Amino acid sequence: MSSVVTAIPTKPWKASKRERAIDLSVFITALVTSYVFVGISAMKGKLAYFAIFFLAYALFTSIFKARQRGSAAAKDAFINSLVAIGAIVTVIPVFSILVTVLHKGLPGISFGLFTHDMALATPTDPLNNGGLLHAITGTLTLVCIALVLSVPIAILTALYLTEIKGRLSGPIRFLVQAMSGVPSIVAGLFILSAILYPITKAYSGLMGALALTILMIPTIARTSEEVLNLIPNELREAGTALGGTQWRTVAMIVLPAAKSGLITAIILGVARIAGETAPILLLTGGGDRVNPNAFNGPMGSLPYYIWKSFNAGSPEAITRAWAGLLVLIGLVLILFTFARLLGSRKASK
Amino acid sequence: MSTQEIQIPLPREITTEPRRSDKVFRGVVTIGGLSSLVLLGLIALFLGYRGFEILRQEGIGFITHSDWSIATDDAGNVIDSHFGLAAMLVGTILCSLIAVVIALPISVFSALFLNFYAPGWLKKFLITIIDMMAAFPSILFGIWGFLVLMPSIEYWAKLLHRYLGFIPIFDMQVPVFTRSPFVAGVVLAIMIIPIITSVSREIFSQAPLDRIQAAYALGATRWAMIKAVVIPHGRSGVIGGAMLGLGRAMGETVAVFTVLNIVFQINWQMLLGAGGNVASLIILKFGDASPYEIKALMAAGLVLFLLTLVVNGFANLIVKTTGKSGR
Repeated sequence: MSSVVTAIPTKPWKASKRERAIDLSVFITALVTSYVFVGISAMKGKLAYFAIFFLAYALFTSIFKARQRGSAAAKDAFINSLVAIGAIVTVIPVFSILVTVLHKGLPGISFGLFTHDMALATPTDPLNNGGLLHAITGTLTLVCIALVLSVPIAILTALYLTEIKGRLSGPIRFLVQAMSGVPSIVAGLFILSAILYPITKAYSGLMGALALTILMIPTIARTSEEVLNLIPNELREAGTALGGTQWRTVAMIVLPAAKSGLITAIILGVARIAGETAPILLLTGGGDRVNPNAFNGPMGSLPYYIWKSFNAGSPEAITRAWAGLLVLIGLVLILFTFARLLGSRKASK
Repeated sequence: MSTQEIQIPLPREITTEPRRSDKVFRGVVTIGGLSSLVLLGLIALFLGYRGFEILRQEGIGFITHSDWSIATDDAGNVIDSHFGLAAMLVGTILCSLIAVVIALPISVFSALFLNFYAPGWLKKFLITIIDMMAAFPSILFGIWGFLVLMPSIEYWAKLLHRYLGFIPIFDMQVPVFTRSPFVAGVVLAIMIIPIITSVSREIFSQAPLDRIQAAYALGATRWAMIKAVVIPHGRSGVIGGAMLGLGRAMGETVAVFTVLNIVFQINWQMLLGAGGNVASLIILKFGDASPYEIKALMAAGLVLFLLTLVVNGFANLIVKTTGKSGR
């Protein structure tokens, strides 16, 4: 009589209890080392704990691996920890920024902030005086004008690169990329020299919006180009086969198919310019009251408000700056989330 | 029996000539496509036109001297003026080099982590975080850097000075650590990490899969595989990404202005609280500049524009050629 032997499935790649124990002990040793080191040496502060802990952890794991499996495994373990440090160091500032803005900005947020402007208040006044209504309306006006101006140009550029593919598409792609590296202050100076001084001779919202347009075009154009490249060629061929001209094919097939991607591109463009400060400082004049007319008179905006409050320097003013930053970053994050949602819905189809 | 005339349709002329609507369409799109060329040209033209007087007057001294002064008589006429950008250019280059030196290893490591180490959910999460970071406005980095980050950077700068002071760039005569190029460099580094990371990540993800699998099949550890396959494949692309970051760092204005003390003297000591930056100079001087000084600022803007254009152009060329040659 033969007994049936069933193989028990094993998972040899999984860490055994012993290996886990070693990992844990290395972790604890590194933690203890960092405490001791910070205690006895001249290095102090949270960052010191962090740095020493990771160095110690990297060192200890590689020593263990070296004893266990030789030098190749030791190097691997060392790089493992380095790579993890890299990723952690990359995300620490984001969390630090978000926490700081929330922590310092929330005390400055109140209902009155969204219903008053600064016409009768200065940044150093108590917090319940004035608000940032003028800044919010100003930023919205600037963004809307910049959108109206930049979206057609940017989408046409993207269409040229993907649909026409003319002789110039190589150089133009290069120039669009070069344009996305134009410093924002240079865009501001350009509008100053080309339009503000010779033609209008006065600060206004329109001037700021023009500078923002220059900064927005490359962002939208590059993202739209990527989106349009993803539209399968069969759709274009089907359009032509049905007798459509290129114009009809693009307008009725390609653009509708790419709609959500194009909206993502536009939203990313808006997120890019909403907090742009340098050209705003040069061009808009930064008024303190709600100004619905973008063509005449100085116009406030969130970055200008933050900048002015920050430079005023008193504790109230700094709190105002943080509150402004909180509103601004909230705006940017909402836009960013919308762009993400649209983008991921597109990808899952 | 009547013969019925059969109308044989005339053969239509086959042509590739586009219809009128298409001609209009192509024309409009081409004009739109040329806008970037026109805009870049106009920027160079107008800044050059406005700054021409200063550039001609100062000559090469505009980028080799480092004094910035205007003397006016009682009526407000300009008697004598000196404009030189040398200190600002040195400062710009110093700050952005510090930024790239700090950001490059961190970005490359985190790009490797994203591609070859992180599990799927973590990868998605981190990519979202890093993209989000790229969308943060620069004024946020500036104020956060000034109020939150600067105290700890100053502390680390003191440590560097105490223990590595024998190296010339860490040396300084007057112990002023506040608002130094080092602080600006760290803030800039945080701002360009997302750019370098995403370029490196893209390049690394194009590393040939068959070679990766071959390396594993030969018994390579993960690091040995990365060293043998991924790094040779992505090296020049990473350099391109670093140069893109350099270009961005050079043009950054508000964030640098809040954390840097601007002094018209060439200073290579990165821990000393005296630096220069072309973009910040423009913001600093713009507020109370006379029309004559504005011209000098326009010329400075032109120099900055050309500098970033060259750096970005090189970077894009490098990234583009790597993307193609990888297969």
